[in-house]
Amino acid sequence: MATSADQRPDPDLLLAKVNEQERKARRGRLRIYFGSSAGVGKTYAMLVAARKLESEGRKVLVGVVETHGRAETAVLLDGLDVLPPKSVEYRGRALAEFDLDAALNRHPELILIDELAHSNVSGMRHPKRWQDVDELLAAGIDVFSTLNVQHLESLNDVVGGITNVRVWETIPDKVFDAADEVVLVDIPADELLARLKAGKVYVAHQAERAAQHFFRKGNLMALRELALRRTADRVEGDVQAYRVDQSIESVWKTASALLTCVGPDPAAERVVRAAARLAGQLNAEWHAIYVETPSLQRLAAAKREKILANLNLAQTLGATTAVIADAQIAESVIAYARKNNLSKLVIGRDPIRRLWPWQRSSGQRLAMLAPDIDLIEIGRAVNQSAESSRESNRFTPLYEVESSERRNAKRLRYVWAAAACVGMTLLSIPLASHFDRSNIVAIFILTVVLVARLGRGPAALAAVLSVCAFDFFFVPPRFSFAVSDVQYLLTFFVMLAVGLSVGQLTTGLRFQARVASHREERAGSLYEIARDLSAAVQVEQVVKISDASIQRTFRASAALLLPDSSGRLVDTSSAPLKRVDALPVEIGTAQWAFDRGQPAGFGTDTLPGSEVLYIPLRAPTQARGVLAVKAHNRRLLRIPEQRQLLDTFAALIAIALERVHYVGVAQDALLKMESERLRNSLLAALSHDLRTPLTVLVGLAESLALTAPGLSSVQLETAQAIQDEARRMSTLVSNLLDMARIESGGVTLNLQWQPLEEVVGAALESARGMLQQHRVVVQIPRDLPLVKFDAVLIERVLVNLLENESKYTPPGSTVTLSAEAVDDQLKVSVSDNGPGLPVGREEAVFQKFTRGERESATPGVGLGLAICRAIIESHQGKITAAQRPGGGAVFTFTLPLGFPPRIADG
Amino acid sequence: MAEPLPVAILIEDERQIRRFVRTALEAEGWSIHEAATMRDGLNDAGTRRPDLIILDLGLPDGDGVQFLRDLRGWSKVPVIVLSARVSEQDKIEALDAGADDYLTKPFGVGELLARVRATARRRLDGAVDPNAAFTFGDVKIDLSQRTVYKGGAAIHLTPIEFRLLGLLIANSGKVLTHRQILREVWGPAHAEDGHYVRVYMGHLRQKLEDDPAQPRHILTETAVGYRLVQNAR
Repeated sequence: MATSADQRPDPDLLLAKVNEQERKARRGRLRIYFGSSAGVGKTYAMLVAARKLESEGRKVLVGVVETHGRAETAVLLDGLDVLPPKSVEYRGRALAEFDLDAALNRHPELILIDELAHSNVSGMRHPKRWQDVDELLAAGIDVFSTLNVQHLESLNDVVGGITNVRVWETIPDKVFDAADEVVLVDIPADELLARLKAGKVYVAHQAERAAQHFFRKGNLMALRELALRRTADRVEGDVQAYRVDQSIESVWKTASALLTCVGPDPAAERVVRAAARLAGQLNAEWHAIYVETPSLQRLAAAKREKILANLNLAQTLGATTAVIADAQIAESVIAYARKNNLSKLVIGRDPIRRLWPWQRSSGQRLAMLAPDIDLIEIGRAVNQSAESSRESNRFTPLYEVESSERRNAKRLRYVWAAAACVGMTLLSIPLASHFDRSNIVAIFILTVVLVARLGRGPAALAAVLSVCAFDFFFVPPRFSFAVSDVQYLLTFFVMLAVGLSVGQLTTGLRFQARVASHREERAGSLYEIARDLSAAVQVEQVVKISDASIQRTFRASAALLLPDSSGRLVDTSSAPLKRVDALPVEIGTAQWAFDRGQPAGFGTDTLPGSEVLYIPLRAPTQARGVLAVKAHNRRLLRIPEQRQLLDTFAALIAIALERVHYVGVAQDALLKMESERLRNSLLAALSHDLRTPLTVLVGLAESLALTAPGLSSVQLETAQAIQDEARRMSTLVSNLLDMARIESGGVTLNLQWQPLEEVVGAALESARGMLQQHRVVVQIPRDLPLVKFDAVLIERVLVNLLENESKYTPPGSTVTLSAEAVDDQLKVSVSDNGPGLPVGREEAVFQKFTRGERESATPGVGLGLAICRAIIESHQGKITAAQRPGGGAVFTFTLPLGFPPRIADG
Repeated sequence: MAEPLPVAILIEDERQIRRFVRTALEAEGWSIHEAATMRDGLNDAGTRRPDLIILDLGLPDGDGVQFLRDLRGWSKVPVIVLSARVSEQDKIEALDAGADDYLTKPFGVGELLARVRATARRRLDGAVDPNAAFTFGDVKIDLSQRTVYKGGAAIHLTPIEFRLLGLLIANSGKVLTHRQILREVWGPAHAEDGHYVRVYMGHLRQKLEDDPAQPRHILTETAVGYRLVQNAR
């Protein structure tokens, strides 16, 4: 909580601001031309602004502009680049719609999209135009659009109240609030009416009608006020955002978030809208929750859908929503409010319908439970009761799909109830002479209780039949419905009451049992798929298991679409192991769902006309594919619990796919490790087997030379020759083995930060023998930074280069080894003043088995430079050969410098 | 009767290598015991009271590093290991496990004898007298006075440089791995900071070598460590 002493801006707020700015940097900017009604000149203003931008050199594309036959607007379109509309067949008519894909392909800097609240023809990708715009913005395209105040969702009912014209094309307020700029286009009501009369708004014959209904001066003034207020709210929001930006403290607001509850009450929609407006005015975040009690779960499907629709509305109005399953409404609401730190509760006022004096309204209950939370009651509309009576109260259990079979079973239950009553009556008649009538009553009550197991209807039937039979057969006068003693009326009443209430009770229990069994079924199917998937080790198994599970649980056909290496989805159903009755998968839609990570198709906001639902399989690291589901009973997928279950399935499948993926990765790594181990041991064995005889050769030749008494000079020379050749052979073997190792990728660089000087010293020491006839000059600056390299390999490079010098330059030549730091590279060169390289072969010398001259007497097979290149390239460096200015050759290699670690002084 | 000959044990599985090494060492006046396996070698080392062990790291029946660890548990006899060029890591491990020197195959008799002589001399001389003066090239160091002269001119060394030089002198002729130097000079906490050694070794060379790029005394054993050579070749 911010205290008055807290002068600093909240870091979280600033961070949110930065994140928002980053996100916006990638997104296009949305500017909305906002007006109170048609005809104020929004489109005109938009076009004027766009023309100005185009004249400044911006790439402007006209996506959709409705001129409504207004000449002065049409003129402005001249010379602008207009996107051809897409022709869509709808109920036999060709309609022109905005071509989203073409616009995305063209990718202009700015696109003009008129009438943001427009609803697309079914069959387009999105049902609403603002969703098209959202996608354009996401692609980084700036959008100019227009909007009238009556199209704002939260003001929709208010405007409807003012004008008596309810518009159905609305946009969520969050779209308006998220717009980067809002430009209010405003003219006074009189002027608008004058324009209307002049035919500038609608063409003549429309104008008359419009003026009567909508364009009344009172309406226009009220709408204008609404538009101005709404814009003012937004500007205020901007000002606050600016203040947070600029660290102007004074207006820090404490968290005053709102919570509203959505229930079956028809006034709920009103409450939601009111809460949204209130939250907007308070500039606070708000939550909407629905507490589902067992009795609410029993509601008719239509009612439940209405509740969920209200919750959806809340979401589009910017609320955070949640569904909570709990028997105690008030307690769970308070618990939610406390958990989320919500200090204000918005509820609808209860209808005044108090049966008992101790009954309290929900407001009073909430107030008693949480005296510290502000309670705001929203009044009821006067005509609400009429609306509520229209609602169907027909009882349709959620999961019951009425089939003729089921109806027959129901009928049969009534027959059973009647038969039980008849049987019991026949059984009781002989007993009547022996037992008291009160005992007979007990037998009938027993019958009713037993029959109650069949349900509420049969129980009621049994109660009525029992009363009749008892009256007819046992109450004097017998065999007549007449009753002589009044006290039997009480007996009848008790029998009827017992029958009805027991029936009611059993039905309730049966319902609860069914709900519980459905829950169990869901849990069971989840458990099953989780268990099966956990055993899967191959993608094919995952596909098979998910297919079978979804088939079993949802009575739906499913397909898994998995991405190939380039992220394009491939339908696994084309694999031979799948059934033939594959569903009509639209790869394009699936790809959309995969790329966005949002569900698409049936029952979603994107291409809802499709038969198939596409759910992206989101795993912890990335999306793993798309699950396509087509339910045979479509309604089943609309039930929230079922959708949740399906989403859970999707999550499980995604995790299984990810696990399988990593199993594959691990196996590959293991295989690679194994082959590397094999290669290394092979090379080591080879190296050992080749070197051992060479060691023996060298050693024996040398010991031969040392034999006492001394050998003759010819013998000595032979021994020396054997030794030299063996050593050369050894170098050759080393080169070959190193080349094999480097080429097979089997070298792990032992990178260390070290001075170059040291490795140069070691290389010169190794090459000392070869370069005895040469003059060696070393030029290394003392202040060279440390470089990260593998000392053995770089020494190898230097030795090879020096060895080359010894071979290809005449004795007495000067070999210069120099180094310098150039930019972020260390440049090392070995040069000489010898005959230079064969012209045009500067690059070829680095090829394997290439030598300076063909068939020369100089020993070697030409691997040295090839190894140098391989080593330097594995260090991310470059090695080149060139003619030295002034004669001779120069070999240069580079190593990246990087950032050496600091050395503590000592 | 003359003084008994010094005893060397040669553990090497290749008969021909054993043959020329034996020839060379016997000519130098050593008594040689050959062993073809690790197990025999360990037995000989325990029973023959050797003055030197020459150990091939690539034996068929075991790991030379393990041999060294076993041996160092009860003996300080100098060990020279023989190893192929490719496996710097093996050499480092062997040196860290207590080997005194190494030879890379293929090696010549001359190199072998030079190493054997240096190792044997170190053993006979015992530890360097901490109070005695030590010289290499034209550099003269008085360890007790903590003074260093090069060609008569006093050289200033930082405390770490001096500790480093002291360590090299105490192990003159012997290869010290980076890890050993780090542990002795900087302490165990710096065991991974190999670049420290390289940088300070560079400083020492700048101050004490005639041509730091072509050192004559403070030699680099590439990727393994350093060796101080008193008498330049």
